[in-house]
Amino acid sequence: MFKKLSLSLLVLCGTAAQADEVNIYSAREENLIKPILDIYSERTGVTINLVTGGADELTQRLELEGANSPADLLLTVDVGRLYRAKEAGLLQSVTSEVLSSVIPAQYRDTDGEWFGVSVRSRVVIYDKASVSPDDLSTYADLADPKWAGKICVRSSSNIYNQSLVASMIGHNGVEATQAWATGFAANFGRPPQGGDRDQISAVAIGQCQLAISNTYYLAGMLQSPDAAERETAESVAVFFPDQQGNGAHVNVSGAAVTKAAKNRDAAVKLIEFLVSEEAQAWYAETNNEYPVRADVPASALLQSWGTFKADDIALDALGIHNAEAVRVMDRAGWQ
Amino acid sequence: MDTLTLKAPEGALSSLKRWFPSHASTWGILLLCLLLSVPVLTVLSSVTASSEGVWQHLYETVLGDYVTHSVTLMVGVGLIVLVLGIGPAWLVTMTQFPGSRTLEWALVLPLAMPAYIIAYTYTGLLDVGGPVQAWIRETFSLRFGQYWFPSIRSLGGAITMLSLVLYPYVYLLSRTAFIEQSVCVLEVSRTLGATPFQAFRRVAIPLARPAIIAGLSLVLMETLADYGTVQYFGVSVFTTGVFRTWFGLGSSTAAAQLAAVLLLFILFLVLAEHWSRQKARYHHTSNKYTRLPRIELRGWKKWAAVVYCSVPVLFGFLIPFLQLLKWSTETWHLLDRDGFLTMFGNSLQLASITAVIALLLGLFISYTKRLRPSLSLRGMVRVLGLGYAIPGTVVAIGVLIPFTWFDNALDAWMRRNFDISTGLLLSGTLVAVVFAYLVRFLPVALNTLDAGLGKIKPTMDDVGRSMGLRPLQILRRVHVPVMRGSLLTASLLVFVDVLKELPATLILRPFNFNTLAIRTYELANQERLAEASSTALMIVLAGIIPVIILSQTISRSRPGYDSRT
Repeated sequence: MFKKLSLSLLVLCGTAAQADEVNIYSAREENLIKPILDIYSERTGVTINLVTGGADELTQRLELEGANSPADLLLTVDVGRLYRAKEAGLLQSVTSEVLSSVIPAQYRDTDGEWFGVSVRSRVVIYDKASVSPDDLSTYADLADPKWAGKICVRSSSNIYNQSLVASMIGHNGVEATQAWATGFAANFGRPPQGGDRDQISAVAIGQCQLAISNTYYLAGMLQSPDAAERETAESVAVFFPDQQGNGAHVNVSGAAVTKAAKNRDAAVKLIEFLVSEEAQAWYAETNNEYPVRADVPASALLQSWGTFKADDIALDALGIHNAEAVRVMDRAGWQ
Repeated sequence: MDTLTLKAPEGALSSLKRWFPSHASTWGILLLCLLLSVPVLTVLSSVTASSEGVWQHLYETVLGDYVTHSVTLMVGVGLIVLVLGIGPAWLVTMTQFPGSRTLEWALVLPLAMPAYIIAYTYTGLLDVGGPVQAWIRETFSLRFGQYWFPSIRSLGGAITMLSLVLYPYVYLLSRTAFIEQSVCVLEVSRTLGATPFQAFRRVAIPLARPAIIAGLSLVLMETLADYGTVQYFGVSVFTTGVFRTWFGLGSSTAAAQLAAVLLLFILFLVLAEHWSRQKARYHHTSNKYTRLPRIELRGWKKWAAVVYCSVPVLFGFLIPFLQLLKWSTETWHLLDRDGFLTMFGNSLQLASITAVIALLLGLFISYTKRLRPSLSLRGMVRVLGLGYAIPGTVVAIGVLIPFTWFDNALDAWMRRNFDISTGLLLSGTLVAVVFAYLVRFLPVALNTLDAGLGKIKPTMDDVGRSMGLRPLQILRRVHVPVMRGSLLTASLLVFVDVLKELPATLILRPFNFNTLAIRTYELANQERLAEASSTALMIVLAGIIPVIILSQTISRSRPGYDSRT
C-alpha cells in the first residue's frame, strides 16, 4: 500500500527535466522573489522552479543531495551563508563579463562563487523626541554606560546580528569585540525578543531610545498598509554609524551557482538578470533595498535618508568570524 | 490474572495469526519501525562523538539557561494543561450547567490553533505597540513605563501560549477516560459517603490516570519539540539551542548531542512513569454501564463551572480567532487568491494522505504487538515514540540523510552497471515529506490505537469464539465497533497535526509546492502579521471540522452508546 502510494506520489511530483529551466533554493521568501522571477519567465520562456526555506536548512539539503541535487541556484539574504556554502564546496566558480562589470568587487566573491544582488545596512534607529543625532557616533559608542537600559535589539541567534559582530571582530579582533559586546548587552532595555520591526516599535513607544535594525524594515513600516504602523515609524529616524571611521555595516543578499547545477548557463543568465537595471530598480522600489550597482538609484524613501559611507570590509570576514561572533555574544549574555 | 493477560493477550484471535504467517511480518514491522526511527537513532548515536570543545563553551555560557528555561517551560505547561484539561473534562462529562453541551466540543477547538500562530496573534494584541497597551496609554494618559503590563514575549508568555493550545490533549484523553469509567465505581464511592468532589479526586482521577498521563506526555513532548513559539519570543531553550549550536557555532555534532540529551530526558520520564504505574494497576472493576446521570449544578457552583470551562476556549480559541478574522478582513485585498486555493488543497492533501498511512501503519504495528508480542518490538516502538519530541527541522534532516544516501547510492550503482542515472528518486518529493510526518506523528496514532485495542479484553474474543464467530467475524463484530472511535481519533489527530506542521514541510518539499503553514510563516517572518492572518485563519478553519468530529466521536465512545437515542 505504502509502496503504491509512494509510486503514485513520485509520478505526481517528479520534476521532469526540460530544456530551459532553472531550479532555485531560495532563502528569500516567496512573496519577495517570485514576482521578479515571474517577469523573467514570461519574457524568456525559461521555467523557474522554486523552493524557499531557511538558508542553513537549504544548504544542508544541498550538501546531502550532493552531485545529484536538482538545485542550480542558491539565493540567500546574507553573505555569511554564501561563505559557508562556498567553504562546504557546494558552489562553483562563474566567469561572467556582465557580473564582474556591474557588481562592485566588494560585493562579489573573489573566486566568482557568489554574487551580491542587493545591499542593506544595519543601522541605529533613534527616537526623534528624546535622542539627538549629535549624541550618536559609532557602534562602539553603544557600549557606553550612558545608554544603559536604552537599547533594543533582537536575539543574537539572528544572522544579521551575528554578521554585525563578525564584522567588528574582523576590524578590532575578538578581545575588543568581547569588551564591546559585554558593555552593549549591559545597555539592553529589555531581553532581546521579536524581530527588527519590533525593536523599532519599542523605540517609538518609549521602551527604548535606540534600536538596531536593517534599513528595509523601517522603510517597510513607513510604507505599511497599516496606518498605526506608519505613525509608529514616523516617530523614529535613521542614523548611519561610524561615518568618520569604518562606515556603516552592510550585508548583501546574494546568488550562487551550485556545484551540482545541471542548468549552469541558464542559472548564470538569471543572476545577470537579477543585477540588470530593471531588476535592481524593482528591488529598490519593492523591497527598499540598496541596489548593488551604482547606476541604479535607491528608492526615493531611502534617498531621503541621505547617502552614507558603507563599511568596506571584505564580506568574507562576516562568514569567517561567524562562529566566533556567536561565542562572543554567548559570553556577553546577549540572548 | 495479570500473568494470563501477559501470556495470551491474543486470546482466540490467535487464529488471525495466519495473517501474520511467520516471523516475516514481525521482521517486516521491525524493519519499518527501524526505518522510521532513523532520525531518532541518528540523534541518539551522536552522543559518543567528539564536539571539539563546544560543550565547554556551552557549559560556561548558555547551557544553564537552556536547562532552567526548558524545565520551567515543561513544568509550567504541564501544570496549566492539567488544570485546564482535567477539570473541564470532568465538569462537562458529569455535570450540567448553562452552555455545557456547547463547551463539550468547544473545549477541543484550540487544538486547531498552531502554537506559533497563537503566539503571533497575542503578540500583535498585547505587545507594547499593540492595541491593548495603546488603549491603556490613551485612556489613562500614561506613558510607557508608568504602568505595569506583563511582557508577552517571555518565558511566562511561552508557557501561556503553549498551554492554551496543548491542553486539549489532556482534555480529550481524560474526558474519554471519564466517559468510559463504570458508573458503578462512582456510585459505590457516593454510597460510601464521598461528596462528588471526593469521588472525583479519589476515584475518578486515579482511574483516569493512565489517560491523563498519556495526554500529558503528548503535551510535554510537543512542548519540548516546539521551536516557532520560543524562537519568536526570544526564550532560549534546548530547541533554540540546538539550532544556534548547529548553524551559529557550526557544530552539528554538539547540536545533535543537545537534542540527544533532550530525548534521553524524555525517555527517562516515560520509563519512570511506566515503572511507577506498574506498582498500582487500575482496572475497570465492573462492566456495567448505564447512561451517566449528570448532576445539575446550582447557584455559585453553576457560574463557577461556566467561567472555569469558558476560560480555555475564550483565550485558546475565541480571542485569537477573532483577531485573525479582523486582520484578514483588513488585508484580504492583498491576498493572492489562486495561490491561496492551491495551498489549501496541498495542505488538505498532505494531511489526508498522512492520516490514512499513519492509521494503517499504526493498526499494523498495534496488532502485531498484540498477536506476536516481543521485547524487541516493544523496545522499537518506544524508540519510535520519541519522534514526537524531536523538533521538525531535526526530523527533516534526519530524513534527508538516509533518503539522499539511498538515492545517491542507487544512482551510482545504476550508472556503474547500466550507465543510467536515476538521480534523486525519493528526496525532494512528497514521499520524503510524508515520511517525516510519520516519524513525528505516528506516535500519536499508535498511542491512541494501543489504548483502543487495550479496551478489547482477550475474554471478549473468547466469548465471540464460543458463540461460533469466525476470527474475521470477531474482527468485524467485536473489534471494529469498539475500535471505531480510536481509529477516527488517531487519524484526526494526525490530520490536524500535519495541517499545522511547518519546519519539516519547509525543508523537504518539492519545487513549487506551498502549504498554508509555509505561507503564514513566511509572512509572519517578515513581521507582516496582519497579512499572514488569512492563511493562518484557513489553517484554523480546516482544522476545526476534524476537531469537532473528534469531540463528537468521543461523546459516542462510551461502550453501549446507542446512536439512535
